[in-house]
Amino acid sequence: MPSCPECGAVLELGKDVIAHEIIDCPTCGVELEVLSLDPIKVELAPEEEEDWGE
Amino acid sequence: MMKLKVGLIFSRLRFEEKLLIQEAARRNDVELVLLNTNRLVLDFDALPQVDVILDREISQSRALHVLNMLERNGVRTINSFDAARIGGDKVLTSKQLWTAGVPTPRVKVAFSREAALRAIEELGYPVVLKPVDGSWGRLMALIENRIAAEAILEHKAHLSSYYHGVFYLQEYLQKPDRDIRAFVIGEETVCAAYRCADHWLTNAARGGKTFACPVTPELDELCVRACRAVGGDAIAVDLMETKDGLTVHEVNCAMEFKASLAAVETDLPALLIDYCVRAAYRHRKEGS
Repeated sequence: MPSCPECGAVLELGKDVIAHEIIDCPTCGVELEVLSLDPIKVELAPEEEEDWGE
Repeated sequence: MMKLKVGLIFSRLRFEEKLLIQEAARRNDVELVLLNTNRLVLDFDALPQVDVILDREISQSRALHVLNMLERNGVRTINSFDAARIGGDKVLTSKQLWTAGVPTPRVKVAFSREAALRAIEELGYPVVLKPVDGSWGRLMALIENRIAAEAILEHKAHLSSYYHGVFYLQEYLQKPDRDIRAFVIGEETVCAAYRCADHWLTNAARGGKTFACPVTPELDELCVRACRAVGGDAIAVDLMETKDGLTVHEVNCAMEFKASLAAVETDLPALLIDYCVRAAYRHRKEGS
C-alpha cells in the first residue's frame, strides 16, 4: 500500500484510479499525483503556477 | 471500423479529464491518445499523429504552444489556438465581446500605476482589478476607494510577472449573490448552473455552491454569441444577472465542470467527445 508523502497515512486507492490522476490524501488533504500503477508510486502534486487556469 | 485518434493534452489529470478518458474508452469509434505535457517533447519533424486535439491543459502557455504547433500541422483543435489565446487573455476577450455587441462590463486597460489610477477614477468606485491571464478568482481585487486603489496598485508593481504591469479594470456591477456558468458546445448552450456564494467572488474554486439553472432562449442566444465572438467550439461562459439583463464577464476555453456537473443532468464529457468526433470527421472531409 502506498503512503502519503506528506503525512505518512496509508492510501487506499480506488479500483478505477489511473496513472497521473490527482487524488486528495483522505487524512491531511494534500493533493497527490499517482505517478504509476505498477508499481504504485505517489508523490505530492505540483504546486499551482501562475498561468494555470481554465 | 477505423478509429478516430483523439489527442487529449493535459498535465494534471483531474476529475474532468478522468471522465473524458472513461467516456472515450466506452466508445468503439475513438482511440484516445494521452499527451501529458510533463513528458511531451514536440519535434517539428515528428509531431503526434492525431485527428483532433481536445485541450485540457491547465497551463495556458503550454496549451498555446501545443495547439499552435499541431494546428499548423493540419490537426483540428478544440478549442483553436486563436480561441484559447483570446479566452486566456481578459483584454482580448472583453474586446471581442464588446465588438460583437455581447453585453459585457465596461473595461479600461492601463500600463502604468498613474494611468491605472486615472482609469479607476473614471470608472468610479467600486471597481474590479483583475490579472489579464488569471483564473479561479486568483489575485482579483474589489477596490472601493482611492486609498485602497493606491495600495493595491503599489502591491501589483512588486509582483514578478510582467503581466501584472497590465492593469485590467472592470466596472463593478450590482448583482445577486450568484452568477451563471453556462456551457456551449458547438452552436448550443447545453446546460448551465448557478454559482452561489456570500463572497463577491462566486468561483467554484473558491467554494461557490452550484445549482441547476434553466437554459432560457435568452441565455442560449447570448452564450452562443459569446462563443462565436471568441471563435470557440466548446467553452464555458460566465454571466451576471444585472438590472439591465444578463452580462457576460468571462469565457473559459479549457472549461472546468466538476462543480457544475453536480447540479446538472447533462453528460458533458459525452457531449465533448462526441463533438470532437464530429469536428474531426468534418475537418477530414473538408481537407480531402
